[in-house]
Amino acid sequence: MHGFANPRRFLSLAAWLTPALLVSGLLLTAGALAWGLLAVPPDRLMGETVRILFIHVPSAWLGMGGWTAIALSSMAFLVWKHPLAAIAARAAAVPGMAFTAICLASGSIWGRPAWGAWWVWDGRLTSMLVLLFLYAGYVALAQAVERDGGSPRIPAIFGLVGAVNIPIINRSVVWWNSLHQPPSITMGKSAIDAEFLVPLLLAVLGFSLLFGGIMLARMRALIAEMQHESRLRRKAQEAGDA
Amino acid sequence: MSTFKPKHQRLVLVLIALAALIGAVMLAAWSLRTQADYFYLPDELVADPPPPGQAVRLGGMVERGSIETMADGVTIAFVVTDQAAARVPVRYSGILPDLFVEGSGVVAEGSVAADGIFIATNLLAKHDENYVPREMQDMHKAMDGTGPEATTVGLE
Repeated sequence: MHGFANPRRFLSLAAWLTPALLVSGLLLTAGALAWGLLAVPPDRLMGETVRILFIHVPSAWLGMGGWTAIALSSMAFLVWKHPLAAIAARAAAVPGMAFTAICLASGSIWGRPAWGAWWVWDGRLTSMLVLLFLYAGYVALAQAVERDGGSPRIPAIFGLVGAVNIPIINRSVVWWNSLHQPPSITMGKSAIDAEFLVPLLLAVLGFSLLFGGIMLARMRALIAEMQHESRLRRKAQEAGDA
Repeated sequence: MSTFKPKHQRLVLVLIALAALIGAVMLAAWSLRTQADYFYLPDELVADPPPPGQAVRLGGMVERGSIETMADGVTIAFVVTDQAAARVPVRYSGILPDLFVEGSGVVAEGSVAADGIFIATNLLAKHDENYVPREMQDMHKAMDGTGPEATTVGLE
């Protein structure tokens, strides 16, 4: 575990893992979406609009998974003070925000034909919108701390506190009456027929590989940026000393 | 405590902070439990009726066999029910959502009239969590005697 926290070892691992994740994720996502959008039969009630499932559900899971990654990395950073953990948290924020936005947009497009409304303020939709705002706040805060030189513990604490929204999103349809239906997939059982479930799980896997690839690429870019800046600072100091 | 390494001290602090945070959220969610509901269930509406004319939402199942078109041809009447067997008659004139069918979930926006009938200004369809292809639907029914629509999860 601590072996991979060594930046040099991390960079040599990420050098080949990043393209491997991106390529396999793209192929799997393309295959699963082609299956889900073209080959799967229509649903008994919703008809053709059920195909939005294959984009909506993986995005929702990764939107929530992204903040879970931020929270776990932030906790690792606060406890073990390893800079790589802070970089991992920052790298998960942008793809997490993108998937949350895709989830909200695809859900809105699905809601119009299925429910009769683009948007309603029920527990699930509102808590997911709050997640999008939390992501935007986290990205802005992390950037401001880096630019203005605040403590990197500030975004880490924000990442940890924001994690309380994740169980709220997950339980919102169980705790409160909502227009959004209750979860289809619960521990060990699924209300989704195998014809839909298999391409859905493939799409979830493909989206997840893509998420991992984007996160590693972001981490490499952030590390390169930091190395570049410290090199510039060292050169400026040498020039000053001379 | 003084024998703790700083690392362990931070771990304990973070865990205490997390426990306090989760406790606070559970308290907030508990106090919100009915305020954050998107709609009233029929038995809540019957037990504690809102004043006539106040905008409320009513959610439940459309009772089987209850949908009928009124004499004017555009108004429909149906009954929203729940597992507590409370029944609320509803009137609505307007475009119906595609998924509005008998035995399925519905959320009606509107208000209760003086005679106890719920006058809806908008209908939203609430579907269940089952996803089943069309051609499989009859097979499921034949196999276990329960169609996918038989569940009413979320409205109990």
